[in-house]
Amino acid sequence: MVATVKQALLEIIENVKIARDVYKMILRGDISAITTPGQFVNLKLDGFYLRRPISVCDAEGDKVTLIYKTVGGGTEKMSGMKPGEVIDALIGLGNGYDTAPSGDQPLLIGGGVGVPPLYLLAKRLLAEGKKPAAILGFGCADEAFLDKEISALGVTTTVTTVDGSRGVKGFVTDAMDGADYTYFYACGPEPMFRAIDKAATSGGQYSFEERMGCGFGACMGCSCKTIAGNKRICREGPVMKREEIIWEK
Amino acid sequence: MGKMTVDLCGIELDNPVIPASGTFGYGYEFAELYDINILGTFSFKGTTKEPRFGNPTPRIAECTAGLINAVGLQNPGVEKVLSEELPKMRKVFHKKVMANVSGFSLDEYVYTCSKLDCCDEIGWFEVNVSCPNVHGGGMSFGTDPAAAAEITAAVKAAVSKPIIVKLSPNVTDIVSIAKACEAAGADGISLINTMLGMRISLKTKKPIIANVMGGYSGPAVYPVALRMVYQVSSAVGIPVVGIGGVSSAEDVVEMMLAGASAVQVGAANLIDPYASKKIIEDLPRVMDKYGIDSLKSIIGGAR
Repeated sequence: MVATVKQALLEIIENVKIARDVYKMILRGDISAITTPGQFVNLKLDGFYLRRPISVCDAEGDKVTLIYKTVGGGTEKMSGMKPGEVIDALIGLGNGYDTAPSGDQPLLIGGGVGVPPLYLLAKRLLAEGKKPAAILGFGCADEAFLDKEISALGVTTTVTTVDGSRGVKGFVTDAMDGADYTYFYACGPEPMFRAIDKAATSGGQYSFEERMGCGFGACMGCSCKTIAGNKRICREGPVMKREEIIWEK
Repeated sequence: MGKMTVDLCGIELDNPVIPASGTFGYGYEFAELYDINILGTFSFKGTTKEPRFGNPTPRIAECTAGLINAVGLQNPGVEKVLSEELPKMRKVFHKKVMANVSGFSLDEYVYTCSKLDCCDEIGWFEVNVSCPNVHGGGMSFGTDPAAAAEITAAVKAAVSKPIIVKLSPNVTDIVSIAKACEAAGADGISLINTMLGMRISLKTKKPIIANVMGGYSGPAVYPVALRMVYQVSSAVGIPVVGIGGVSSAEDVVEMMLAGASAVQVGAANLIDPYASKKIIEDLPRVMDKYGIDSLKSIIGGAR
């Protein structure tokens, strides 16, 4: 699906810390352009030239939830913003996940700040009558978030931590052994994708990240090569099907 | 004749605002957002003889007042531009477009421009001479007056449409290069292309851009661009298109006072997809505020 981009002024109604360096921001406005789980928004922040692309965690009615990690000046600035402040956002960006090939028992695999878009995806899959399960990987217990909310949707959720301080000790792939699934949807760091690609026994989709200029397909800053030709992560992505990805060294 | 109309190499523009090459694709992404026929024209994505993926990613780095890009002229190649991109563009843009062309040898420039010359929808060629010359030790054509003149003369001889040579600011004396292009038959000069820059990540302690360096654009380069437009337009008798960090209607007016006959908007389109539209809509207010009846009349007014 090709996105229809819109510009929207969104008012912050909540901005709270939910885990180590991780914040949840809820914004209100016309978010009708957000149609598909796995899409992202691109936020203009005072004092920063480029917008900040953030994945959509949830979108319902006139409220969009973003969960972000403070990784630099832009996200640090976001973490200090207060309810009532208004953000100029480009919304409806990216293709999002395609739920059509999921089968009955899709597996959602998230790593760190890759977890948020899986929330809206889980809701969409459940609404379609499917029975998704989730494996969410974090570094340690302090960094874990959103597992209870995803579980509360009725999704069987397994948490993994690298240090074993919570759930299964190890990586998401350690929890994939023996799992029964018809398809997978992954979001997280690229090394995790490479490990999943070795372990996975079904088709699936990955959501990629790249440094972006514009976020809507104009600058060609975030291009990648795929079996299906060159794609812009921001436009024809960020979600790519497993079979079209070229894993470069 | 409207008060915003300008003439660019014999073609009248409704207004002087032109989205710059590489920030506007072939137009149709922006046409989803607004009617791009309000533009003076736009300069389409730099097109080469062969398809190009461009440089490895990351290709983008943020700066205080701009960004560095090292896209590396990604484009589908002239054949696909003719068979796929221009037909899509034609559906949404009905004015003459500026065809931005690049090459890595003299023959490539001539080949690509010759292929595009038959397209009615193309009004001008914008010849980007900032690319490295693979037969000339990799030095950019645009850093040497003789090489820039050679490209200009060869393209001019091969096409029927006006050619505007787009100059690099990464040179010692941009005026001598502009004069060499004029003498070789250029119908116009556009400047500036991006300035060579770089950023280093404090986390990885390595360059952010995979290609190490890239082109810096955005508001930070505006005063440099303005100065070079002033210098070049004072020294040549052909129209000059001002480019570099233009972000407002005030910037457009100032660039024209410096000597620009038309003005390109680049990085601003990437930050706000409506930037060019907003600038055009704001121009009448700025003209009124400063007592300007006709944009055409202020070109070079600061000299």
